[in-house]
Amino acid sequence: MTVIEIRIELKKGVADPEGKNTRKTLESLGFEGIADVRSVKLFEVELDMPADDALKAGEEMCRKLLANPVIQNYRVTVR
Amino acid sequence: MKPEDVKVCVIRIEGTNCEDEMAGAFEAVGAQAEKVHLKQLIKQAPAGLRRDLEDYDVLAFPGGFSAGDYVRAGAIFAARIKAGMGSEVRRFVEDGKPVLGVCNGFQILVELGLLPAFEGTMSDVPAAALYTNDSGRFECRPTVLRNDSRGKCIFASSIPEKKLLTIPSAHAEGKLLSMDPDFVQKLEDNDQIVFRYVCPDGSPARYPWNPNGSQSDIAGICNPAGNVMGMMPHPERVMTRFTHPDWTRGYISEEGDGRVVFESVMRHLEKR
Repeated sequence: MTVIEIRIELKKGVADPEGKNTRKTLESLGFEGIADVRSVKLFEVELDMPADDALKAGEEMCRKLLANPVIQNYRVTVR
Repeated sequence: MKPEDVKVCVIRIEGTNCEDEMAGAFEAVGAQAEKVHLKQLIKQAPAGLRRDLEDYDVLAFPGGFSAGDYVRAGAIFAARIKAGMGSEVRRFVEDGKPVLGVCNGFQILVELGLLPAFEGTMSDVPAAALYTNDSGRFECRPTVLRNDSRGKCIFASSIPEKKLLTIPSAHAEGKLLSMDPDFVQKLEDNDQIVFRYVCPDGSPARYPWNPNGSQSDIAGICNPAGNVMGMMPHPERVMTRFTHPDWTRGYISEEGDGRVVFESVMRHLEKR
């Protein structure tokens, strides 16, 4: 069993209202020194195959469903 | 083609909503509308319930939500279409048959690659995104749209150029985005921009009149052929004056502002 982690994040330059809003709220709670807050999405996929194939499958999953290449980058790693 | 002969497929999957209003809007302009589950179209339903997309004249993706809007709004619906009936949908579009997507439907059309479709009928990966509103929250209120189509889009073919329509918006992810710096210019050159958000006096929209921060205030676009149109605001919600916010205060017409979108496609089909 291989567990892959698929991390979807916004491309540089794409506004991140969720991150921005979260930052504002954290600051209103008194947290200081926050330089930036970014929202990312994480999927864990369990696959019944060796790591190499699992990584390849993960890339294909991103291409076909999990990421929109216009706004998002993805990274697939074996956990 | 007579209006009563026009068959509309209002497609749905788990968690779709607004399909009643969408079907009702087409019925209000004289068409026969049927709400069809995706499984009925991909042979995963009992024999009597199976349907063939080919038998319909119009395909409509209703607005609201679908499949919990997990991953991204419309992404799951789009992936299921691609996997189960991608080639049928492609053929439908290539035959010149009208395809409408409202709100979640617009998101699905973009995720499917049917819009903006600069190259070919349907791109393999999305060429644009409908992304989280600048405000970071759900925006729900009347919006004013200007018909900026110069005549190509079937769904605006009976609407006078530059006419303003009051049509409600209700979405959290409606900001049309592309990383292509010439995106808006390309849409403009191809006559693909159908509706823009404006202020009630017709001047360029500012928030909240542009509810999402969409580039160039774009609210709706069509494909280069003009037969596929997606828009974030909901024309099917304003088929009569009674669902307009100002219906008791000087709104003169008996008809709602959304009706012309549906009449446009019916008039187009009548001529065929």
